[in-house]
Amino acid sequence: MLGAVLLGFLFSLFLVFAGSYFRGKLAVLSSLIPLSLFIYFLTFLPEIANGKVIYENYEWIPSFGVNLSFTLDGLALLFALMITGVGSLVFLYTSAYLKDHKYLDRFYGYLSMFMAAMLGLVLSDNIMSLFIFWELTSISSFYLIGFNNDKADSRKSALTALGITGIGGLLLLGGAVLLGDVAGTYRISEMVMMRDVITDSSHYLLILLLIFAAAFTKSAQFPFHFWLPGAMKAPTPVSTYLHSATMVKAGIYLLFRMTPILNGDDIWHTILIVVGAVTMVYSAIHIIFRTDLKGILAYSTISALGILVFLIGIGTQAALVAAAVFIVVHALYKASLFLITGIIDHETGTRDVTQLSGLRKVLLPVAIAGFIAALISGGVPPTLGFVGKDLIYEATLHFKDAAIFLTVLAILTKILLFYGGFVAGVKPFMGKLPQKFEKLHLPSPLMWMPPLIMTFAGIVFGIFPGLIETAFAKPIAMTQVIEFEEFHLKLWHGFNTVLGLSAITITIGVILYFTLKPKHNLENAIARLDVIAPKDLTLKLSEGFAEFSRLWTNFFQTGYLRHYISVIVAFLILLLGYLIFSDFSLTLDFSTLADLTIYEISILLMLLMGVLYTVFTKSRLAAVAALGVVGLSFSLLFLFYSAPDLAMTQFSVDTLTVILFVLVLYKLPKYLNFSNKWLRIKHGVLSVSFGILITLLILRVLKEPKNAEITEFYAENAYKLAHGKNVVNVILVDFRGIDTMIEISVLIVAALGVFGLLKLRLKTRDKK
Amino acid sequence: MEIILAIITGVLYASGIYMILRRSMVKFILGIILLGNGVNLLIFTLGRITKGEPPIIDSAEKVLEGVYADPIPQALILTAIVISFGLQAFAIILVKRAYKVLKTDDLDQLNTTDEDS
Repeated sequence: MLGAVLLGFLFSLFLVFAGSYFRGKLAVLSSLIPLSLFIYFLTFLPEIANGKVIYENYEWIPSFGVNLSFTLDGLALLFALMITGVGSLVFLYTSAYLKDHKYLDRFYGYLSMFMAAMLGLVLSDNIMSLFIFWELTSISSFYLIGFNNDKADSRKSALTALGITGIGGLLLLGGAVLLGDVAGTYRISEMVMMRDVITDSSHYLLILLLIFAAAFTKSAQFPFHFWLPGAMKAPTPVSTYLHSATMVKAGIYLLFRMTPILNGDDIWHTILIVVGAVTMVYSAIHIIFRTDLKGILAYSTISALGILVFLIGIGTQAALVAAAVFIVVHALYKASLFLITGIIDHETGTRDVTQLSGLRKVLLPVAIAGFIAALISGGVPPTLGFVGKDLIYEATLHFKDAAIFLTVLAILTKILLFYGGFVAGVKPFMGKLPQKFEKLHLPSPLMWMPPLIMTFAGIVFGIFPGLIETAFAKPIAMTQVIEFEEFHLKLWHGFNTVLGLSAITITIGVILYFTLKPKHNLENAIARLDVIAPKDLTLKLSEGFAEFSRLWTNFFQTGYLRHYISVIVAFLILLLGYLIFSDFSLTLDFSTLADLTIYEISILLMLLMGVLYTVFTKSRLAAVAALGVVGLSFSLLFLFYSAPDLAMTQFSVDTLTVILFVLVLYKLPKYLNFSNKWLRIKHGVLSVSFGILITLLILRVLKEPKNAEITEFYAENAYKLAHGKNVVNVILVDFRGIDTMIEISVLIVAALGVFGLLKLRLKTRDKK
Repeated sequence: MEIILAIITGVLYASGIYMILRRSMVKFILGIILLGNGVNLLIFTLGRITKGEPPIIDSAEKVLEGVYADPIPQALILTAIVISFGLQAFAIILVKRAYKVLKTDDLDQLNTTDEDS
């Protein structure tokens, strides 16, 4: 199975080097990749149908519990066959649809990367590798939506889709880590056994919400649905493959997978039913207002995804079986309708349903496919759609409390989906053929065969629902439902409530189709409500956030040195102030002041005067001289307080500094008073409060006992080990000798810098 | 004694930061020097003050005993003094040079890397 997953990645890597050969006639050969995978997965069908589950495990990062473990059960096989089956047809179709496109190879590269990622996702048994493949599908989807990267629209839609699904992916990671932490394993098949631990855990609700958020963003549930219609900017094969048949079902897949693990509490059912129901009704109503074929299909896809979430929310065996069958139904008809739309768009150059009519006269096989697809979508017997629809009603009718309400919602959605299917699949082909379309001719069979194959499959499965039952429905029910009961899928159930409801659905659907015509003014009317739509709100939010970041950055990054310093100092004042005053106990011990001698007092006064004079004098020379006084007072201070080495160093360094200053002083500008009074007061307050804080800090620290361990080590060993009597010198040149050496090299660098600056001769260009 | 040194350290910090916040480059350098002295005094004070007992071993002794000033802060400050001298010297020359080239002493006019503005 690892090979099956990697094949797509390898092929897309291969296209990087050999892409130029696949732009022309050879392009059609690339469909061999999904086709061979499809056949490979078909060979597992008998085993899986017997209820067997196949595991494979490859160690990847065993220390984190992250491994490439794959599992193939009914659910995974259903998705794998759908991915590779629809994939084969889409690959074929693309070779004609994007014929001679200059980036055709690139397109195939993204497409097979996506296919591989999607396969990896549905086969993963490790929730971490599932997450990685999940992200890979988002990324390849980004490339595919933005494939027409010269159009601003495409780029924006790609970014929106990546943003929404990316946030979902991040939340999935959170959910996965929590889940793995609670369950003690990252293997999904092992988590099933830890079900009770997980549902009883205090993190249960959080896990649930994170997983839901991931599934809802990926599967375009309200209110995150808006990226999907935007994603329709992609070339039609992408809309077909990613945004109707496979990728958007990743969220559904995740919920399906998590059903035996997390389906414990009422909250699971409530959230899923509410979100699913809102999504399916909300977007089904949207269908009425759309005139763009792809728009209609996009909203009907969202609605179908809503139905699936809704069914998983109901969570009974009947509902899960209905969901599994409906996944197949939806893939078959929606992919066909998208491909048909692609053909219409390709041939006529428009997707506006109000302008299209009578195309059956020129595109007969496409019209047949469209008609059957509409039948499947509408749930008309003898198609699989009928079986699927009946199962859905069966599930809602047996839901304990709100059976009638949920059934009504399901019927309403189904009627609108019936209408949507017929508008997209039948309407363009009926009526009179406009003159401008008379010259059209049928495109290559590579384009019209795929939808025809899929719709025929829909009829075959409808007549023989046993195929689906043994292949998918039963294996899925056996692994995903806790108490499995025997069941059979049938086309004909006899006369009962469900049949009556089906009849009502189809009748109203037909009436709706003949009375309601798609109109532009309806579309414009609803566009006015966009202001409160989630899409616009999100857009405004992101724009607002960008504006906020701009203001924030401009506020802090002014480019003025003193502004930066004030911010840092102000922040330090707040932080230190909080720390000092939150634990403040100051007892001043003035007794030591009695020891003060007159020398000390005069030195300290000198120091103080020097500092203040440096700050307040208006003359540069005086300031430098005052600075010299400060430095010399320091040397005296050090001398008094037992630090003769410091005194000497300070004395020589300070003398040097003053000399240096005086030497260049007349080359320096005059003191100018730039700042105004208010600014000076502000800075004064800032610096004085910082000074006070430092004083308090010192007094606070002085109250703590001093750790003399290291000092004692030096006192003990200075002579013994280093044979020096001056401990300070010994520390510098012996114990910390290398530090001192590096310090000297710093001085050398500074000296070289000074020398360079003095000797630097500017070129004439710089001098002006 | 420590109380007075703590207050003086505070004064040095305050005046150092105040000078750094000025727009004149010369004042900026003076501010750095004052702040550096403040830091030295901070370290010195935190190492406790001892009068008249430098950390030097008597010629007859082999270990430092009795009351003595802590040598570690002194070693740190010695390093700091020397390094800050390097910094000051470089800064002074840099300001001189910058003034010669740019004809301005105003830090607010040095907030761009563009050649003309």
